[in-house]
Amino acid sequence: MTPESPAAGVPARTVLDERDIARALTRITHEILERNRDSEGVVILGIPTRGVHLARRIAARMSEVEGRTITAGSLDVTMFRDDLRLKPARAIGRTEVPEDVDGKVVVLVDDVLFSGRTIRAALDAVSELGRPKAVQLAVLVDRGHRELPIRADFVGKNLPTSLAEKVKVRVAEHDDADHVTIEGGAA
Amino acid sequence: MIKHLLSAGDLTRDDATQILDTAEEMLSIAKRPIKKLPTLRGLTVVNLFFEDSTRTRISFEAAAKRLSADVINFSAKGSSASKGEGLKDTALTLEAMGADAVVVRHHASGAPHRLAEAGWTQGVVVNAGDGTHEHPTQALLDAFTMRRHLGDLEGRRVTIVGDVLHSRVARSNALLLHTLGAKVTLVAPPTLLPVGVEQWPVDTSYDLDTALEGADAVMMLRVQRERMNASFFPSAREYSRRYGLDAARMGRLADHAVVMHPGPMNRGMEISADVADSDRSVIVEQVTNGVAVRMAVLYLLLSGRQDHTEETHS
Repeated sequence: MTPESPAAGVPARTVLDERDIARALTRITHEILERNRDSEGVVILGIPTRGVHLARRIAARMSEVEGRTITAGSLDVTMFRDDLRLKPARAIGRTEVPEDVDGKVVVLVDDVLFSGRTIRAALDAVSELGRPKAVQLAVLVDRGHRELPIRADFVGKNLPTSLAEKVKVRVAEHDDADHVTIEGGAA
Repeated sequence: MIKHLLSAGDLTRDDATQILDTAEEMLSIAKRPIKKLPTLRGLTVVNLFFEDSTRTRISFEAAAKRLSADVINFSAKGSSASKGEGLKDTALTLEAMGADAVVVRHHASGAPHRLAEAGWTQGVVVNAGDGTHEHPTQALLDAFTMRRHLGDLEGRRVTIVGDVLHSRVARSNALLLHTLGAKVTLVAPPTLLPVGVEQWPVDTSYDLDTALEGADAVMMLRVQRERMNASFFPSAREYSRRYGLDAARMGRLADHAVVMHPGPMNRGMEISADVADSDRSVIVEQVTNGVAVRMAVLYLLLSGRQDHTEETHS
């Protein structure tokens, strides 16, 4: 058993199912379009692994609404993390940016917003790509416990959690299922 | 992942694949406007070169600098080593200065191994060529270059030609390519094959023309005149005629096959100028890939040296 396995006797609770996720992403898509008016100036970048799949779904919904093809990119933040020396070497994800980010609005997409450290790393990674007009953040789940002054612009679901709990996001493209669960903690 | 990179033979297939996959991402960084990552900021990489080298040293230097590490270059010429200081005292000095990684090239086979095992330094040791023994990052960059042109190396046929006896590149390549599932054939005059080559995971041949048939990649080795203290072949002209790659021989290769050389080349000796400059030749690309592969090696060895299993979420 790995350390992240749930404490014995406390079953995993499903907090979002497939339809909840679909609805949340549809709402986020509309909020992004509403906030930015012009989808031409928006670049959607997902953070590997699951953020990329969520970003692609948002881009697909945007394409439908806007009637033109919008592709999401991916932005690997591994090399910009502040905890590299604390952990065994991590595999590096893909960075693929569909278009130049200079002067655009970059919308970062991730599955869970927790300490904010991943997003801090992502902001550094974005600044190496160019100088966007603005950077916004969309997350499927905000579970609180921020360690940095970072907040999301678009949130699928605010999920109050204790630090002892684990939030797991599963996406069909990567895990063959679509749901968000909470494991562990004193339920 | 291993702690030090001393031999290409220490890498499992998973390790090697992880390095090559990571290098793929590192290569894409070279195409960005800002070719720098903050990953190894605050770490010190020492290039400890007891033997002359241009391309390997600058390649490691470029790799470390692109990852924001501080680089200290130490070459034996014009240093305390020329005053008679040995490997141990040099290593202790570097340790006292706080080297996190030591990239070592030494004329004695096994010197990096000694450096890693003797406890003279806490840093990770990367073998950048030791005597006639090994040169693992060269093998990794060769495998990386082949993989980019040929795809998965499983079942691919690689012919390595020339001065195998004095070549650390050949040994490292044979070990790594075997691990990756490729079939290696060494072609050399009998005098330039090392003792014990029958225990390497390779086939050997004395006839270049037949060994070129069906090869997916052919790697020409430099004739290492500076290491030769006896006559291993009658004349340069005869060597070149029997074991040199010229345009006519290149015509025997399949259309997709690539021509490689670890450099520096002796044009007109093991490889003719028109072959070296032809479309088939990926020799310049090998140099570019070398930086990416060495970035991957430094990243994977240097990040996460303290083994923590604690998990934090995004």
